[in-house]
Amino acid sequence: MSSTTTARAGATAAAPGKGRVGKTDRAKAEARLGWYLAGPAFVILVGVTGYPILQALYESLFSFRLTAPADREFIGLRNYSVILTDSLWWSAMLNTVLITLVTVAVELVIGFALAMVMHKVLGWLRPIVRTAILVPYAVITVVSAYAWQYAFGLTTGFMNAVLPGVGADFDWFANKWTALTVICLSEIWKTTPFISLLLLAGLAQVPDDMLEAAKVDGATARERLFRVTLPNMKASIMVALLFRALDAFRIFDNVYIMTKGAAGTETLSALAYNQTISRLEIGLGSAVSVLLFVCVLIICFIAIKVFGVDLARARGES
Amino acid sequence: MGAMSGKEKALWYVGALVIVLYALLPVAWIISLSLKAESDLANKSFLPTNATGSNYSGIFSGDGADLFLPALRNSIVVCLISTLIAVVLAMFAAYAIARLEFPGKRLVLTSALAVAVFPVITMVTPLFNLWRQIGLYDTIPGLVIPYLALTLPISIWTMSAFFRGIPWDMEQAAQVDGATSWQAFRKVIVPLAAPGVFTTAIIAFFIAWNDFVFGISLTSTSRAQPVPAALSSFTGSSYFVQPTGAISAAAVIVTIPVVLLALVFQRRIVAGLTNGAVKG
Repeated sequence: MSSTTTARAGATAAAPGKGRVGKTDRAKAEARLGWYLAGPAFVILVGVTGYPILQALYESLFSFRLTAPADREFIGLRNYSVILTDSLWWSAMLNTVLITLVTVAVELVIGFALAMVMHKVLGWLRPIVRTAILVPYAVITVVSAYAWQYAFGLTTGFMNAVLPGVGADFDWFANKWTALTVICLSEIWKTTPFISLLLLAGLAQVPDDMLEAAKVDGATARERLFRVTLPNMKASIMVALLFRALDAFRIFDNVYIMTKGAAGTETLSALAYNQTISRLEIGLGSAVSVLLFVCVLIICFIAIKVFGVDLARARGES
Repeated sequence: MGAMSGKEKALWYVGALVIVLYALLPVAWIISLSLKAESDLANKSFLPTNATGSNYSGIFSGDGADLFLPALRNSIVVCLISTLIAVVLAMFAAYAIARLEFPGKRLVLTSALAVAVFPVITMVTPLFNLWRQIGLYDTIPGLVIPYLALTLPISIWTMSAFFRGIPWDMEQAAQVDGATSWQAFRKVIVPLAAPGVFTTAIIAFFIAWNDFVFGISLTSTSRAQPVPAALSSFTGSSYFVQPTGAISAAAVIVTIPVVLLALVFQRRIVAGLTNGAVKG
């Protein structure tokens, strides 16, 4: 990595000198070729997301239900005021934020522990551990949701029999908080490997001699962790955090499979889905979608401006 | 890393064992569930009393076959097509990003990042409406197009990171040694780039295979419905029978190919997921 960086830095340093000879035909040809190659991918990226968000913005200004297309009517921002004054939106928002905070926090801790083990274990166990960790990553979310739902389910489950202090007839999905707990468990199981692999890459970047020096200077294991290891992986922790937070904020599959949003477990994505697909309320559903998009923008803004996460740099793009 | 004491080493080994259990237990549970007979599903224990393959015969030739087999076909077709398109387009884009200087390079990368964090459900409402008007609702292309929003961004990043690590000078070196530019490209660059392209394809395929939101929103029948969506519409053989066994068996079937890919290409996938992800 570092050698590429120096090579790139050298290339950019040399570039102005070359450019001064005039916007050469060569540079122009290179720019044209660049766009010929990257253009199609760019057009599709913008098309598949840009069009829907603009369409959603437009539709959100109408009262429009697919079952009554003739009653379509322009109502300005009224859909938004309906949503923002509805307790269902705020309860979905609260659930989504809670799920995001809890899963990301737990995953960061477990993910770091897993990364440490993967980093330290040597010999024949190493490939086994690294392969095992990929299994939850590869299992589809819906399958994970079913596995956890059935494990805690009233008739199919074995968890009630195994867990101490839980009655045999305890219904995890009848109560909001216990249902959310199982939803979080499934989400955590499935996505922790991704976080731990990102953190593992970060761990590999912590200079060994720095750790040795700290050890020689008499730093305890705890001090080494908090004073040397963690500060040196700040970039990768931030990226893992932001990506997982944005992913958790969109949580849908686990909720839909386990409760369909019943027992007060609805999240923002489930709310948008229920408005559009189940109730065919295109206007309201679009407004919910737009608001969800705005929330994601706000999270990105806070991460980048307040916490200074440099995504481009972290992704190795500069 | 320094020498580890025996006790410390043992501790990491225990940790490794915990990881393996963590990763495999839920999978073992769904497999165990899929082997339970209908009367056995509520036995409240992890393992079946008597293992049976009846749930599997149910989804391959019994009641569930009409729903499961077309869904499996749809999933495979949609995921392969969207992976192929994404990888080819991303290959050109990543080459340009890794090798060429052009204005707007950052714009391409930033939009890939933006699309990757875009809430997919936001695309569902407008697409649902539009697809119904133009006849793409419940069709294979109607799924392939939105799947590109899932597969293309990750393909662009992963491949740009791979391509940046290729020693492109070797192409010129080969030409100096007398190879034609086509020979230099085919004999030098293709073998260097192929692993990156291949790894990207696997990761993109995983992501497409995992989709549920588009599957249940933009399809409704076995014409285009992919497996994750079909799973949620499984019903038991009668109103009073839960489809648990059939769902578990189908879940195991769709898990096998991706887990096998993960096992075989473990090294490459780990490298692909973390390559360029961190730069301190």
